[in-house]
Amino acid sequence: MKKTMLMATAMSLVLGASASAETLKWARAGDALTLDPHAQNEGVTIAVMHQMMEPLILRAPDGNLQAALATEWSVSPDNPEVWNFKLREGVTFHDGADFTAEDVVFSFERALSEESDMKGIISSVASVEAVNDYEVNIITNGPNPILPATLPNIFVIDKGWAEVNNVVDVQDVEGGEETFASQNVNGTGPYKLVSRENDVKTVMTINEDYWGKDEFPMEFTDIKFTPIQNQATRMAALLSGEVDFIQDVPVQDLERIKTTDGKKVLTAPQNRVIFFGLNLSDELLGGNVDGKNPLTDVKVRQAMNMAINREAIQQVVMRGQSQPAGMIAPPFVQGWTEELDSYPEWDVAAAKALMEEAGYGDGFSITLNCPNDRYINDEAICQATVGMLAQIGVTVNLEALPKAQHFPLVNGLESDFYMLGWGIPSYDSEYIFNFLYHTKGELFGTWNGTRYSNAKIDEMTQAIAQEVDLEKRDAMVAEMWQIVKDDVVYLPIHHQVLNWAMDGKVGAAMDSDDQVKVKYFTVD
Amino acid sequence: MSRFTSAWQSDFAWKFRRSPVAIVSFLVLMTLVLGAVFAPLVAPYDPFDPGSLNLMNGFTPPMEPNMFSGEVFWLGTDDQGRDVFSTILFGMRISLFVGFAAVLFAMLLGVTLGLLAGYLGGWTETIIMRAADVQLTFPAILVAMLIFGIAKGITPVEYRDQMAIWVLIIAIGLSDWVQFARVVRGATLVEKNKEYVQAARLIGRSKGAIMLRHILPNVMSPVLVIATISLALAIIAEATLSFLGVGAPPTQPSLGTLIRIGQGFLFSGEWWILFFPAVTLLMLALSVNLLGDWLRDALNPRLK
Repeated sequence: MKKTMLMATAMSLVLGASASAETLKWARAGDALTLDPHAQNEGVTIAVMHQMMEPLILRAPDGNLQAALATEWSVSPDNPEVWNFKLREGVTFHDGADFTAEDVVFSFERALSEESDMKGIISSVASVEAVNDYEVNIITNGPNPILPATLPNIFVIDKGWAEVNNVVDVQDVEGGEETFASQNVNGTGPYKLVSRENDVKTVMTINEDYWGKDEFPMEFTDIKFTPIQNQATRMAALLSGEVDFIQDVPVQDLERIKTTDGKKVLTAPQNRVIFFGLNLSDELLGGNVDGKNPLTDVKVRQAMNMAINREAIQQVVMRGQSQPAGMIAPPFVQGWTEELDSYPEWDVAAAKALMEEAGYGDGFSITLNCPNDRYINDEAICQATVGMLAQIGVTVNLEALPKAQHFPLVNGLESDFYMLGWGIPSYDSEYIFNFLYHTKGELFGTWNGTRYSNAKIDEMTQAIAQEVDLEKRDAMVAEMWQIVKDDVVYLPIHHQVLNWAMDGKVGAAMDSDDQVKVKYFTVD
Repeated sequence: MSRFTSAWQSDFAWKFRRSPVAIVSFLVLMTLVLGAVFAPLVAPYDPFDPGSLNLMNGFTPPMEPNMFSGEVFWLGTDDQGRDVFSTILFGMRISLFVGFAAVLFAMLLGVTLGLLAGYLGGWTETIIMRAADVQLTFPAILVAMLIFGIAKGITPVEYRDQMAIWVLIIAIGLSDWVQFARVVRGATLVEKNKEYVQAARLIGRSKGAIMLRHILPNVMSPVLVIATISLALAIIAEATLSFLGVGAPPTQPSLGTLIRIGQGFLFSGEWWILFFPAVTLLMLALSVNLLGDWLRDALNPRLK
């Protein structure tokens, strides 16, 4: 009798082990702002959606483009403005519906619609046509040689599902709208949504019918994503085993994690640059200068640029986990050069002299808007900047808010001075000019909170998107960077160094974009 | 001189001299209050002047020279290079100011409403006391956060930093008036039927005069006891709000803000950023509380 009991227990243990369910308990500082795939072009939001939805072409953790919902793509030999995509056959959405060309056409039209935040990424796309059920043509405005590189964050969702649930239109995030699509997902991705509570947790489980189930490790069967804003709480959660994978690792705690048994840290240069934006319109929203805006004087901007001690921020606030920056593009972006990335030497006396020359020897006051749950030590960097600018007479009122309130201020042109970070998924300068330097409008300049408007930059931004002669294109990009650098449109701070901390059992596939793709993760 | 002697020999002073707890808490409280009041003279640095900060001084341990500037700080520096000792003194000013002002505000509001409710009765009483009951069902900190949130929404951005302190006072004050109102109403109900009040009414004094001149002085001693205990609670409420990030702005840290900043560095071993502000807050709240307890006993003839 006893023996049978023992046998049964042993059996169940063996069986249990073979069908083991492994949950990835994943935490980072902030939550996805929405689950609507086209409503917010924001890193955390996209990272969460990548588990459940797929683009035509994916950027694999090693940085290379990889076939996802499209298996092959090429420019039409007859017409350089037509790209042809062969779609993967036999793919189904989470609700069982078949994935076909009409879903691709629908998703691209949705991503190009008025409320969409993704339309800037694919601004070169004129239209998308279905050739047959498993083939589409993307027609661009003029030739676009880098079209595939712009597609990894354009997710495809089911047309029928969107129509039935009344979510053909993209959610209006700035207007505070909630829709069925902002809380539910029907994608083709490796994981399915189980439940979601905004700012509390998002639970996903493996999609057994996933087309790539045998191609990718997919060793985690479930994902529980929890935003933990407080860095000490996030650390405690990792050390106690409550979560087993964290992003946005507090830089002061890296040593502690490395020396803790059973925990490890992965480090890589990150595709993210941190900078300040300035209101360059005729008048400031707040502050003590009426009738004119001191920031429109390039001398004032140069002075502020000079007053920021980037090396002190790197050493003290970032503990070496950053690289001071002079341009708002990380080193692996096409168009980056060491010379452009050089920054003015920290020189308070020279900065003061410039302020004096500009007629602001007594300084002025301004409000700095800063997120407190988005970038590494974002609030501490802003605080340090308050002190540095005070030394040249600029009185800064600091307002630190969670990103869900911060970003609408930037995009709604409700800030005079703000912090922003930018990652470049296409690894190309065009993406930066398109979103951050082009005059703000419906299609271009959508994240340009500076009111900077330069006809030449606008024209060239649209021109480089279509330039096929790569040598000529590089020369144009170099010229554009020089113009915006001389204009001091933004005050670059640094390139972030990426750290992920995790339990020893998590075999994470790290990528420079800080985009987690759990399907590549292994259980060690 | 004779006034001082008679005060010294009074029953109240005698009780004080006989209580070591009261003496010690009084001394601790006075040291802290004087340190806070004279902070600009006592503190070696001015942490609220952002222009004087040197980021490279950040994270200096107590009593050790900074590795770049060689400067030594008694209690070390925080993440922004602020001297922790100076920041505590200046931060305590905010904590104490908010505490006192909030209690004063709550007391004025609570005593007025309590007197009106107790003396007038009828509809006035029903409305005031039901409002008090409703508010009691919400935790005070929640009420304070709600008021703080609304106020923040309606003030223009550039005034928010200056307004933050006043908003804190109103938020904590409004969340704290109920206990004053309830105690005063109770005491007023007892007093209003006593002969001296009836006599005042008979000779034709107005309702206002009776409430202010006759009843109020006789209901003040429990109010004083509640005020001391409320002071400790208000200081902690301010610290809690600032700890949660909705109180004093980060560039003008109060004790709660300092504790919030410090707890981010606990795992990495920079303990002093959290430890010293936390101990200061503990000493402040504990000494006020112990004094309040003693005051309650000293003013209550039935407790012996």
